[in-house]
Amino acid sequence: MKRTTISLCTLLIAGLGAAQAETVVPTAVAFEEGAVAQSLTGVAGDPVEGAKVVSTKSQGNCVACHEITDLADIPFHGEVGPMLDGAGDRWSEAELRGILVDAKMTFDESMMPSFYKTEGFIRLGKAYTGKAHEGDVEPLLSAQQIEDVVAYLMTLKD
Amino acid sequence: MKKGIAAILAASTIFGAATATADESAELTVNGEIDIVTKTAAPAHLSDVLDEVMSGWRFRSDQTQEMQMDDFDNPGMLGVENGAEIWATVDGSEGKSCADCHGEPEEMAGVKAVYPKWNAQAGKVFTLQMQANDCRTNRMGAEAWGTDKGPAIDVEALLASVSRGMPVNVAIDGPGHETWKLGKELYYTRTGQLELSCANCHEDNYGNMIRADHLSQGQINGFPTYRLKNTKLNGVQSRFKGCVRDTRAQTYKPGSDEFVALEMYVASRGNGLSVEGPSVRN
Ligand code: HEC
Ligand code: HEC
Repeated sequence: MKRTTISLCTLLIAGLGAAQAETVVPTAVAFEEGAVAQSLTGVAGDPVEGAKVVSTKSQGNCVACHEITDLADIPFHGEVGPMLDGAGDRWSEAELRGILVDAKMTFDESMMPSFYKTEGFIRLGKAYTGKAHEGDVEPLLSAQQIEDVVAYLMTLKD
Repeated sequence: MKKGIAAILAASTIFGAATATADESAELTVNGEIDIVTKTAAPAHLSDVLDEVMSGWRFRSDQTQEMQMDDFDNPGMLGVENGAEIWATVDGSEGKSCADCHGEPEEMAGVKAVYPKWNAQAGKVFTLQMQANDCRTNRMGAEAWGTDKGPAIDVEALLASVSRGMPVNVAIDGPGHETWKLGKELYYTRTGQLELSCANCHEDNYGNMIRADHLSQGQINGFPTYRLKNTKLNGVQSRFKGCVRDTRAQTYKPGSDEFVALEMYVASRGNGLSVEGPSVRN
């Protein structure tokens, strides 16, 4: 009886450990010519969530720089980056994941922010307060948000 | 499926009106008499990156542009009026006003156009506000004003207004050159978690929309500038602070050596444009 409890606990802990190990931390992402083949979470992305991340100011705010016809009902799309219509045809899932994690690995010196990066910043601030950042650095988007956005972009076919 | 996503998101937005478009080809004359150069050939030091320099006025909507065409419609002129009062008022232990040494504000025409500039006595570059504080502390026995604070901005607006139409002409060589170089370095440094430099937005993308904002060249020939957004006159370095903050960076402080250098560099990017302050922006 006692024995069973212990082994159940061990199983649970091992299970939790496995789930965590599946989330690739920003510093461990493996690029191959700008692309990232491995899912950051192992959990399939949700395109509906992804569309929200893309259009929400406090999240990806991708529409600040990109126009997307599919999201025409969201006001004010920017024109700093290319239009994203057809992105799911132009790029593979791994390439899109790479562009999102760190666009500078695909486009030299790109103006596009690196959404899953935690190191190498100059004068890193505490969000939009103008004050110095303290403590651990959170990437702009979480691993699952990246997966959700990739899933959404894959729905953008011509 | 795709339509579905868009529809769900649309439900949460209430407004959909497009921003008023700017007239980038309009010309500016103030009070029907002061011609303002809002677009001209880029100064030599910028010739490898820009052909033309343009005032932020060109990038604003017709309505905002019009507010600057007549001093009665320009809310920034209230600051100028207040500045004129300060100019003539005695302050400090020496019993003097600005006017006691300098005469009428109109006699200062041309001064704003060459600032920031090297001050030999102090051995550093002075912004116009620093020069005013130098007069206050050393000649008037009065307290220095805070950078971009009310009286400093109003007097700066006064001095800008009497130079309107004169070409910005900030010296970039000579003893101030090191400061100018620091400013240039800051202009091109990508800061914060978004890793954006001034140049990313104002050199590479002027004319483009970034969300609802029409990006200008970020010129400062129109400062101090009355912003409809915060309904007051705004100083250059406070504007810089806002832009740096928006890169998710730790900003520099108005009055810091870094922002003085950046002000000098950005001012020199407008060499050839007219002094335009107080301008009106959104
Ligand atoms: C500050 C501006 C900016 C933001 C914000 C931004 N991007 Fe970009 N993006 C760019 C630019 C500029 C490029 C063009 C590549 C280059 O030359 O740097 C680009 C390229 C891309 C591309 C490849 C374009 C193609 O050919 O289809 C994709 C996909 C993309 N971005 C997706 C996104 C997504 C998704 C987000 C938000 C999570 C986002 N971007 C946020 C500026 C931005
Ligand atoms: C993420 C984009 C972005 C960055 C980076 C940025 N700015 Fe701006 N800036 C804007 C926007 C948007 C405006 C408002 C529209 C306009 O006038 O361009 C603005 C306005 C300005 C203005 C007011 C112009 C006027 O006519 O009233 C100045 C000056 C300025 N910026 C300077 C700078 C400087 C200097 C830096 C770097 C320290 C900088 N900006 C970085 C986006 C940016």
